[in-house]
Amino acid sequence: MCDFPFFSLVCTGEIFELKAELNSDKKEKKKEAVKKVIASMTVGKDVSALFPDVVNCMQTDNLELKKLVYLYLMNYAKSQPDMAIMAVNTFVKDCEDPNPLIRALAVRTMGCIRVDKITEYLCEPLRKCLKDEDPYVRKTAAVCVAKLHDINAQLVEDQGFLDTLKDLISDSNPMVVANAVAALSEIAESHPNSNLLDLNPQTINKLLTALNECTEWGQIFILDCLANYTPRDDRESQSICERVTPRLSHANSAVVLSAVKVLMKFMEMLPKDLDYYGTLLKKLAPPLVTLLSAEPELQYVALRNINLIVQRRPEILKHEMKVFFVKYNDPIYVKLEKLDIMIRLASQANIAQVLAELKEYATEVDVDFVRKAVRAIGRCAIKVEQSAERCVSTLLDLIQTKVNYVVQEAIVVIKDIFRKYPNKYESVIATLCENLDSLDEPEARAAMIWIVGEYAERIDNADELLESFLEGFHDESTQVQLQLLTAIVKLFLKKPTETQELVQQVLSLATQDSDNPDLRDRGYIYWRLLSTDPVAAKEVVLAEKPLISEETDLIEPTLLEELICHIGTLASVYHKPPSAFVEGSRGVQHKRLPGSAGSGESADSPDTGSAAGVSEAPPAVIPSQGDLLGDLLNLDLTPPTTSGPPPAPSSGMQMGAMDLLGGGLDSLVGLLHAAPPVPQRTDTPQSPQLSHQSPSPPDYSPTEVGPGDHAGPVKARSPAMGAGFGAPPTAMPASFPPPVSGGLDDLFDLGGSVGMPMGAYSPPKSIWLPAMKAKGLEISGTFARRAGVIQMEMTLTNKAMSIMTDFAIQFNRNSFGLAPAGPLQVLTPVGPNQSIEVALPLSTVGPVMKMEPLTNLQVAVKNNIDVFYFSSQYPISMLFVEDGKMERQVFLATWKDIPNDNEAQFQIKDCHLNSDAASSKLQGSNVFTIAKRTVEGQDMLYQSMKLTNGIWVLAELRVQAGNPNYTVSTVVCHVLCLC
Amino acid sequence: MIGGLFIYNHKGEVLISRVYRDDIGRNAVDAFRVNVIHARQQVRSPVTNIARTSFFHVKRSNIWLAAVTKQNVNAAMVFEFLYKMCDVMTAYFGKISEENIKNNFVLIYELLDEILDFGYPQNSETGALKTFITQQGIKGQTKEEQSQITSQVTGQIGWRREGIKYRRNELFLDVLESVNLLMSPQGQVLSAHVSGRVVMKSYLSGMPECKFGMNDKIVIDKQGKGGASDEAGKSGKQSIAIDDCTFHQCVRLSKFDSERSISFIPPDGEYELMRYRTTKDIILPFRVIPLVREVGRTKLEVKVVIKSNFKPSLLAQKIEVRIPTPLNTSGVQVICMKGKAKYKASENAIVWKIKRMAGMKESQISAEIELLPTNDKKKWARPPISMNFEVPFAPSGLKVRYLKVFESKLNYSDHDVIKWVRYIGRSGIYETRC
Repeated sequence: MCDFPFFSLVCTGEIFELKAELNSDKKEKKKEAVKKVIASMTVGKDVSALFPDVVNCMQTDNLELKKLVYLYLMNYAKSQPDMAIMAVNTFVKDCEDPNPLIRALAVRTMGCIRVDKITEYLCEPLRKCLKDEDPYVRKTAAVCVAKLHDINAQLVEDQGFLDTLKDLISDSNPMVVANAVAALSEIAESHPNSNLLDLNPQTINKLLTALNECTEWGQIFILDCLANYTPRDDRESQSICERVTPRLSHANSAVVLSAVKVLMKFMEMLPKDLDYYGTLLKKLAPPLVTLLSAEPELQYVALRNINLIVQRRPEILKHEMKVFFVKYNDPIYVKLEKLDIMIRLASQANIAQVLAELKEYATEVDVDFVRKAVRAIGRCAIKVEQSAERCVSTLLDLIQTKVNYVVQEAIVVIKDIFRKYPNKYESVIATLCENLDSLDEPEARAAMIWIVGEYAERIDNADELLESFLEGFHDESTQVQLQLLTAIVKLFLKKPTETQELVQQVLSLATQDSDNPDLRDRGYIYWRLLSTDPVAAKEVVLAEKPLISEETDLIEPTLLEELICHIGTLASVYHKPPSAFVEGSRGVQHKRLPGSAGSGESADSPDTGSAAGVSEAPPAVIPSQGDLLGDLLNLDLTPPTTSGPPPAPSSGMQMGAMDLLGGGLDSLVGLLHAAPPVPQRTDTPQSPQLSHQSPSPPDYSPTEVGPGDHAGPVKARSPAMGAGFGAPPTAMPASFPPPVSGGLDDLFDLGGSVGMPMGAYSPPKSIWLPAMKAKGLEISGTFARRAGVIQMEMTLTNKAMSIMTDFAIQFNRNSFGLAPAGPLQVLTPVGPNQSIEVALPLSTVGPVMKMEPLTNLQVAVKNNIDVFYFSSQYPISMLFVEDGKMERQVFLATWKDIPNDNEAQFQIKDCHLNSDAASSKLQGSNVFTIAKRTVEGQDMLYQSMKLTNGIWVLAELRVQAGNPNYTVSTVVCHVLCLC
Repeated sequence: MIGGLFIYNHKGEVLISRVYRDDIGRNAVDAFRVNVIHARQQVRSPVTNIARTSFFHVKRSNIWLAAVTKQNVNAAMVFEFLYKMCDVMTAYFGKISEENIKNNFVLIYELLDEILDFGYPQNSETGALKTFITQQGIKGQTKEEQSQITSQVTGQIGWRREGIKYRRNELFLDVLESVNLLMSPQGQVLSAHVSGRVVMKSYLSGMPECKFGMNDKIVIDKQGKGGASDEAGKSGKQSIAIDDCTFHQCVRLSKFDSERSISFIPPDGEYELMRYRTTKDIILPFRVIPLVREVGRTKLEVKVVIKSNFKPSLLAQKIEVRIPTPLNTSGVQVICMKGKAKYKASENAIVWKIKRMAGMKESQISAEIELLPTNDKKKWARPPISMNFEVPFAPSGLKVRYLKVFESKLNYSDHDVIKWVRYIGRSGIYETRC
């Protein structure tokens, strides 16, 4: 250490000796002494005792010595404010120095001395320096305003420095402009509402001119500032883009990224059909790829940003998959990011290549990387259906390697694959079971237990396997315990005879011996379910699970949009909004992408439309978490912790209070609707699903916005997505709506009566065939849907004098192909004045013919007397099938695909139901609420239903809650043909 | 913006610490040492967030440079600045080492004061900095000299000072390319690209206006349309498609964007004029054909053939083939036709060196690797075979067509300038999986 003359002080530490040297007459000796002082300051030694002596050295014409003293001052002035005043005179004098370098140095240093008393003296010199003839002084003074503002904001405002700073934007020297912009941007950040950076076309023009001439750093300041501007129309937007694009060829990556940010933002405003739009998209790809040949740290920043860009505009890099292939000696952080982007870009076209690469990676050394690679294979399987088979066999190969963490990862992803493609790959279960013993991580154990429980009927020794886990029940982590509980209950329901003991054991473990409230609750629910109604338990626990989709790992759109506005910054590296990691008021403003310009053609452009929609969307419930890959089923396997908020609200919280109220609550409320309550609670694997089904309607992930989609901004914005009904076959759109609305009317009418049992609506019986017309046979009847079967329920009354026998029934061809599923079951002859109840199950596979009205059904009934004809109308709701619950994502996409002609609106009058009751009522008739939103006191329910012939009907139901009559005001009806 | 900048040695001792913002305390210095430098785990990210404070770091040999901030700064800019800081320091005192930093700490503080004001990077061109940040102190400056300095530091041409004079006007152009390849064992090109740099050393008087031309496909095609058709057809073949290029800040980007012409006033001395990347029609100078055979559990036979693929009149140099060996290798026997090959146990690789090799030749190495029996279940990862070389041509096919120099005020013309052009192609990451 003592080899270095200036650092030797650390060893000896003789302060008084230094004191003497500082007061020496010889300049050289003085200088050496100050150097020693600075050296000890650097290593953290306290040399503040020397303050007066050092300050005495300040009055010198030796610039180097002066700088050293200034450096000392900056460090210690705060701890010795009174002494620091001693230096003021020198500063003020230096600010008048003929040498511009000294003037600038003085004003620069003065700003760094953060002592209130000094700042008062700083004002006058600063004012002069801001108007100095030398640009070097001016550019330094501009930054000094920001420094002063940081110490005493009020002073800066009172002294009018902000206006002077604004004037500097028009300075002739580009570097002065750049520094003024930087200073103003920083000051504006701490005054979110001030109109400080009053950007208008004139100032923008000045900035764009300066952009061509200033240093690389200045270009960054200017571009970052430009990104905050919102152009007035698409033309202005385009002209700015044109002037910014040359920056994409700059050698400085930060300039390139900031330019990308400006372009990504302003592109939102360009009409998609514009030639320039396409050109711009093409121009963006090469610079982004070039960033990957920068130093690894910059590559990392670039990759994190590309990850965002790919989610927002996948088309930019879709052909560039190869550049994201991992190189053997990439640093691990670069490897992990590349992997993430590879999955995002994976598609049917490149899946073979991607898989080959991933397989290669799965044999590497770094554990994290290998894990992620294995998960990536699973993600590919889920994302690209055609590749699923290959992915599964690759995973099996990897399991054969017996490398512990590879096996565990593989099992976790295979579980996901089962969820996506049920009943397809179950043959691999045997292989999985072989590795049961090697699993030591909770996630893998939980996944394996889930598989065993789910497929208990196909695993001969499922009970033994589960029992083996049960031994150490209390040592397991919560997620394993929960899974084990569910799995054993499933097993019991599937094989009740042999496993009664097991289920009792686990229930008592969960309810009596556990301190975990979630576990106990779940245990009790199962217990009661099983003891009260085993059939219901079966329906609940073994309910068919919704399929998972690959969309879970996308950053939710509002956040994504905000992050796009922060490209290049730390926020884009962390994938968190600035408020999550910046203290105080700075950066708490939420940035938004601009909406469409509102011109005719851009209104039709789907992308701008969706952008607008996204901007008002409540935050989706999918929490954005660091490890995107890990998240696929994270929600279900992460134990619900008792402390701390659940993930959804907390992500909402990050978005700021506004959003939380605006949408977060909404979606939480909606969530309760969307999910049939019991299965979700009891059967964990469903809970992730819950998260993407839950409302917050316009969760348009950018990827879904397909071309040719006609949803205009208005519809997207006020999620008018609602619902429609009815989607008749192509032949009959025109005639369709009325009956539908009628049906709905009925539903709601009935809804008004209190205490109706839940279940499908069925109208009261009406007389179909009066006795007079049918030689004494009176038929009254109705239609009902019971347990998924449409039934025609009839009362046959014999009003004649003779006995009636030999009943038979036949239908004419009708719109939905209704036909009797069996013969009319009238076994005993019907005597005079006797009536008999008959339920005739109907199938929907009969011949089809369009009827007028649509739901008309012509029936022929025969008995021993004659053949009688009558016609009746069935309520359309009979035809809504049980699986008419559309995936939320699909719903959105479909809604937007439906042309407007297929939309119809009705009013349903006098319905005294609130939206929740309506929603549950409708659900009884297989009208499923996909999402719910409240806008300005109006509840909007988005619903889907599916007709027996596979046609989907989407509906939006608006309920004006504020209206004392609780009127259902509008039903939008969409008619489409998906067949 | 950047709140503070620290330089540490490998032990985590602070060599330089400069704090720009109040929100960065002295404890930030220790936080980085404890959490990053002394962290047991390998660094997982160049950006670390500790207690709401973000640390950006780069490492040069065993010196750590860390920038600290509590704000949402432009992350790319911070890294670019740290690299620039390294460049500036290297330009002033050579290699970045603990000794050099300790010996020059006053200078470093002075530089930091100048190029980073309140955390905002300022002009950091060494050419300009060297005019007024010297270790000798500024002596006898006249008023004109002073204002010349300031106007240069803040001016449009911050990278060059006026009044430079050379007796002999000379310039050197180096086209340096690194060719990257990832090839499958079957010889299929998985990815290949050339990242090239044009480095210029200029010794020109005055403020010369330069124009640089190369066989860029877009330019040639454009000219071809206007000019004679047969010539265009001829030169069209030799033109190359450049995927993307970036330029030194002296190049007028808007002009490149509109006309695709590269015009600039160069800095004095050596600098990097442009970087470019190509992926099409790359000449791969070497092809590696690996053959690995496992003989039982304790023996591995490796045969590698390399083929040179360029004009026979040219000579490749410094050829090195690195064949990785498993960790449990106990002994290796090598036979090679040309050059020298050695098993390096410390690097777990067989290193085969050939001094020179002409084009269109072929050479071969075969090795027998004895393995120790292990009960390690994990398979050997088989890292790819990598290769290093240097060839006297540009694998991308890039050719310099002209570099014109105009200096209207001084009396020398384009013809008086002596120009030198050199092409060097090197291997970047040139790997073949085996």
